Amino acid sequence: MSFINLDRISFNPLLPEVKQVMIDAINGDLHNPSSQHKAGEQAAEKLADARQQVADLLNAGNAKEIVFTSGGTESVNHAIKGTALANREKGNHIVTTNIEHNAVIRSIKRLSNQGFKVTSLPVDAAGRVDPGAVEDAITDETILVSVMHSNNETGTIQPIEEIGAVTRRKKVLFHCDAVDSVGVVPVDVEKLNVDLLSFASNPFSGPTGVGGLYIRRGTRIFPLLDGGVQENNKRGGTENLVGIIGMAKAAELAMQHMDERIGQMQALKDYLAEQLPEYIDEYIVNTDSAHSLPNLLNISLKYIEGESVMLMLDEENLAVATKSACATGSLRASHVLLSLGLSHADAQGTLVVSWGSDHTRSDIDKFLASLAGVVKTLRSMSPLYQKA
Amino acid sequence: MYNQVVMDHFKNPRNVGVIEDADGVGEVGNPLCGDMMTIYLKVDEDEKIADIKFQTFGCGSAIAVSSMLTELAKGKKIAEAREITNKDVAEALEGLPKNKLHCSNLGADALHMAIQNYEDKKAGVTREPEERQEKHEHGDGETCYCPYCDVELGEAAEFCEACQRDLTEEH
Repeated sequence: MSFINLDRISFNPLLPEVKQVMIDAINGDLHNPSSQHKAGEQAAEKLADARQQVADLLNAGNAKEIVFTSGGTESVNHAIKGTALANREKGNHIVTTNIEHNAVIRSIKRLSNQGFKVTSLPVDAAGRVDPGAVEDAITDETILVSVMHSNNETGTIQPIEEIGAVTRRKKVLFHCDAVDSVGVVPVDVEKLNVDLLSFASNPFSGPTGVGGLYIRRGTRIFPLLDGGVQENNKRGGTENLVGIIGMAKAAELAMQHMDERIGQMQALKDYLAEQLPEYIDEYIVNTDSAHSLPNLLNISLKYIEGESVMLMLDEENLAVATKSACATGSLRASHVLLSLGLSHADAQGTLVVSWGSDHTRSDIDKFLASLAGVVKTLRSMSPLYQKA
Repeated sequence: MYNQVVMDHFKNPRNVGVIEDADGVGEVGNPLCGDMMTIYLKVDEDEKIADIKFQTFGCGSAIAVSSMLTELAKGKKIAEAREITNKDVAEALEGLPKNKLHCSNLGADALHMAIQNYEDKKAGVTREPEERQEKHEHGDGETCYCPYCDVELGEAAEFCEACQRDLTEEH
């Protein structure tokens, strides 16, 4: 059986058009955009075009509000540490949620070790944070609120616009980690009222190792990387121009085809959710049906463990991701799943299935048929299943 | 991720199942992640393990460990089987990922509990099941590794110097 990648949340292959502009950029031997001569200016022009393209994707009013980075993790670190350090005299309190990506959690942990105070808010059973709870958590000392747009494990989308209205009214900076949303679903920085928004290129089929941070004009923030005056003085270091050109092309395609892609991906999601009970029983869907990404479904299979499922599916050339403790570097149950109220045992059986608009119903059918066999095999050896 | 021996035992596990009229049953679990392993024994009149079966809820490594353990124990005298260690199982599997050595390598513990259960039954003793400890115990000469970066750790380290992570919950 040919390889079916249903782990698109971990990696998306480059679109052919994106590959082509990157190959052309490499062959063009583009110079350093900071250089003053003609060759440098040519490169600077390419960089400016790319910046405008990415700004358009986010509906940023000014292209200068986009800072190119090495990806989502750098963007998040820059947004959180850069604003916390630049606004320390105003206060030392940060508000976040219990289900953020580790880039957010560990950046904030680093700051709390340095004396910053942190309020981390719970989510409801659907996996969403209450904007009213954000409002209640803000004090006179609060300098930053950081809430993710969509969760990287469950795909559940947060009420960012409502939270943005709160932070705007309270005059507190608002950072949104939108890494898994930008280029996949509409993300409009004006509508969302965010001051900072992190994104990466690979979720919309651009190259890995490239991303960006939207920084609203007038936001007090220090660079994470001190150095030259690149990126409007906000990030030192010569730009990864080939990668940035690839991301810009992917952004252009994402804008052109977003509605069509969403329609195709949502149809696959509906199909998967509808077909699942035909193949397996006793599972939990952890993705909120009303507010979530169209390209991902998180399911916990009871009585079995996710890494085993992933390995057995891999033998059948099907790639999926698991959020089992056994498969994470830390060997701890996912903080996101525990926040939803799952038991450790149920969290152990969690798969994250994700796809692109190029997948078909036939891919989903093959996955379901293989999954049914694997679930049966593993349950037959599980002491928990016998007891149930 | 896993070597060929481990993958073979994971894909084709030996001795899976339940022995309904078992002479001894041993059950261990890892409360941090939820892995569980149950061993069933049938012992013949020569004090030999005539049959052994397992059930496991856990990762690829946990399943391979269970399978290999039953292969090592099958046909052995109880006295010999008691000498099998978790280290023996890992060695028979030609190695496990270092960070999995503690969490998934519970097979010998389950076997020892099954043997204890067999001997208790024979002697007419009833025993309260022991609470398994949250943090792992250190065996003799056993080396610990950071679950995040695989670097060797000192005894009861609460912090990994290599990757700067806090280990108080794991170690």
